[in-house]
Amino acid sequence: MTTTAVTAPPPEKAPGRTRAGGGLWRAVRGNRKAMAGAVILLVFTVVAAFPGLFTSVDHADEANFAPRLAPSTAHLLGTTALGQDIYSQLVYGTRESLVIAVVAGALATVLSVIIGVSAAYLGGLADDLLSLLTNVVLVIPAFPLVIILAKYAGKGSLTVILAVLVFTGWSYGANQLRAQALSLRNRDFLESARVRGERRSYIIVCEVLPTMTSLIVANFLGAALYSVLSAAGLQFLGLGDPNSQSWGTMLYWAQNQQALQTGTPLWSIAPGLCVALLGVAFALVNYAFDEIGNPALRPVRRRRKGA
Amino acid sequence: MRFILRRLGFFLLTLWAALTLNFFIPRFMPGDPVDALVVRTRGRVSRDALEQMLTSFGFKPDQNVVVQYVDYLGHMFTGNWGRSIGQTLGEPVTKLIGGALPWTLGLVGITTVLAFVLGTLIGTVSGWRRGGALDAILPPIFVITSALPYFWVGLLLILVFSQGTGGWLPANFNYDTTIVPGFSPGFVGSVLSHAVLPAATLLITTIGGWILTMRNNMITTLAEDYVRMARAKGLGSRRIMYGYAARNAILPNLAGFAMSLGFVISGAILIEYVFNYPGIGYLLYNAVQNVDYPLMQALFMLFTVAVLVALLAVDIATVWLDPRARAKG
Repeated sequence: MTTTAVTAPPPEKAPGRTRAGGGLWRAVRGNRKAMAGAVILLVFTVVAAFPGLFTSVDHADEANFAPRLAPSTAHLLGTTALGQDIYSQLVYGTRESLVIAVVAGALATVLSVIIGVSAAYLGGLADDLLSLLTNVVLVIPAFPLVIILAKYAGKGSLTVILAVLVFTGWSYGANQLRAQALSLRNRDFLESARVRGERRSYIIVCEVLPTMTSLIVANFLGAALYSVLSAAGLQFLGLGDPNSQSWGTMLYWAQNQQALQTGTPLWSIAPGLCVALLGVAFALVNYAFDEIGNPALRPVRRRRKGA
Repeated sequence: MRFILRRLGFFLLTLWAALTLNFFIPRFMPGDPVDALVVRTRGRVSRDALEQMLTSFGFKPDQNVVVQYVDYLGHMFTGNWGRSIGQTLGEPVTKLIGGALPWTLGLVGITTVLAFVLGTLIGTVSGWRRGGALDAILPPIFVITSALPYFWVGLLLILVFSQGTGGWLPANFNYDTTIVPGFSPGFVGSVLSHAVLPAATLLITTIGGWILTMRNNMITTLAEDYVRMARAKGLGSRRIMYGYAARNAILPNLAGFAMSLGFVISGAILIEYVFNYPGIGYLLYNAVQNVDYPLMQALFMLFTVAVLVALLAVDIATVWLDPRARAKG
C-alpha cells in the first residue's frame, strides 16, 4: 500500500526532474554556471577532508618560519608577520570554513522547512503566529544581532557561531517555503493522499517535501552563502575564536598586524579570496538552479546553438 | 486603509520584539560592563568606584528586571537613551549617535539608493534586450560580485588604489583631520575623496543583486499577456518597456529593497570597520567591544526602525504603483 503510494504520483502529476536525482545531475552538468560552482565546491571539499595531501607543513598555526618572507617555492604565498606559512594556513583553514557553511546552512534550512511547511499546512491561528514570527525575525537586522550575540556568548567557539547563524538565517527560507507549500495545499495528489486516509506526518514528509526539493536545495545554498559571508565577517571583526584555524581568523590576524600596510598583503587577500570563491560557488549553483527551474531565464545563446 | 493599519500593527510588534530581544540578550549572557571597565582601566580604579560611577549613569543591575524593562521601554521611546558606559564614558548616547549618523546616512544611504536605481535600470535594459551583448555578460559577473565578502572587496580596493598608488585615494577616516571642518572646497573635497573607496565597495557588492532580480522579473513580466496586448496596440517600445513591463517587474524588487536594508547595515558595519569610517556601524562595533549597553541598545533600535520605516514606505509605494494592492486593501 505505502510503496504504491510513493511511486504513484509522479506519472500523473510529474512534478518534474526534482523527484529523480539523475535528472537533477544532468541539469547541473548541462549548465556552465552550476558546473563551475560544483567544481569549486568539490575542490574545497577534498582539501577540507585531506589537508595533509596539499601541504607538508603539519602545524600551520605555529610560527616556525622567518616572518614576512616573499612568496617562493618553499612558501608558495610567503609567510605572515608572525612567521606562519600562509599557504598551509589556507589549506588547514578550509575545513572549519566549509563546515560552518554546510552545517549552518543545513540546520537553518531544516528549521525553515519545519516552520514554513507546518505554517502552511496547519493553517489558521498556527499559521498566523508562525508567519508573524518569521516576518519579525526576517526584519530584525541580522548582522548587528549576530555581533551582539557572538560577543556575549563568549569568544565565539564553533558552536556559538553555528547557533547564531542558524538563529538568524532561517527566516528568509521559511517565508518562501511557506508560500510554495500553500500553493501545493489543494493539489490533487495531496487530496488523494488525504482521501486514502494517510496520516498528516506521512503526507508532509512523503508527499509535500519531495515536491519541494528544488526550493529546499535553493534555500540551503542561499543559507550556506549567508553563513560563509557572515562567519567570515564575524571572525574578521575578532568575534570568533582567535586560536581557531579558519580563513576568517586568518583575516583577523592579518588586519590585527596591519598586513596591507606592512608589505604582506597576501596574508589578508588570499584567505579573503578563498571566502569569496566559496561564496561564489554557492551563489553560482544557486543561480543555475533558478535557471534550471525557470527555463525562461536561461542564456539565449545556448538555446540557439542547441537548436 | 485596513492594509496600512495592519502594517502599522506589524511595525509596532516587530519594534517591540526587537527592543525586548535587545534588552534581554545582554542581561542573560556572560560578560559584564563592570568587568570590561576593570580590564580597560587595568585595575587602577577600584571595582566599587567603577560600579558606583556606572550606577550614576543609570546602570542598575540589582534592580528588579521587570522594573528595568518597563523603564527601558519608556526611555527608548522618549529619546532618553542614557550615557555611554564604554570607551566614551559618560557621553550622552544621543550625542554620540548624532555625531556618527550623518556620516553613515551620507555614505551608506546615498550609495544604497544609487545602487538600487542603477541596478534596476541596468536590469531593466538587460531583461528587455534579451540575448543582447549586455544580457550575455552581466548575469555571470553579477552573480559573482554579489557573493563577495564586503570587507574583502574593501581590502582589495585599499591595496590597489591606496597602497598600490602611493596614497592616491585615502583609506582611513572620514576626512583629512588637518583641515578645519567647514564649507570650504578643501574640506568638501577631502570628505568626498575619503568616501570614494567605501562607497565603491558597497556599490560593487550590492548592485549585482538588484540587476539580477530586476532582469529576472523583467523576463517573467515580458511573457505576460498585457505586454503582448500593448505591442499589438502598436505602442512605442520605450513606453512598453517602462510603463508596462518595468512598472510591474519592479514591485517584488521594492519589497526586496526594504528587506535588503538589513544586509546593507551589516555591510556598513564591516566597511566602516575596514576604512575606520566613524559612522554608526563603527560605533556599534566599538559599543559591542566595550560592552556598552546603552549605546548598543539605542543603535540596535535605530537599525530596526530604519528597516521598518523602509518597509512601511515600500508598502505605501506599492499601493501607489499597483492598483491591485489598492483594491485589496
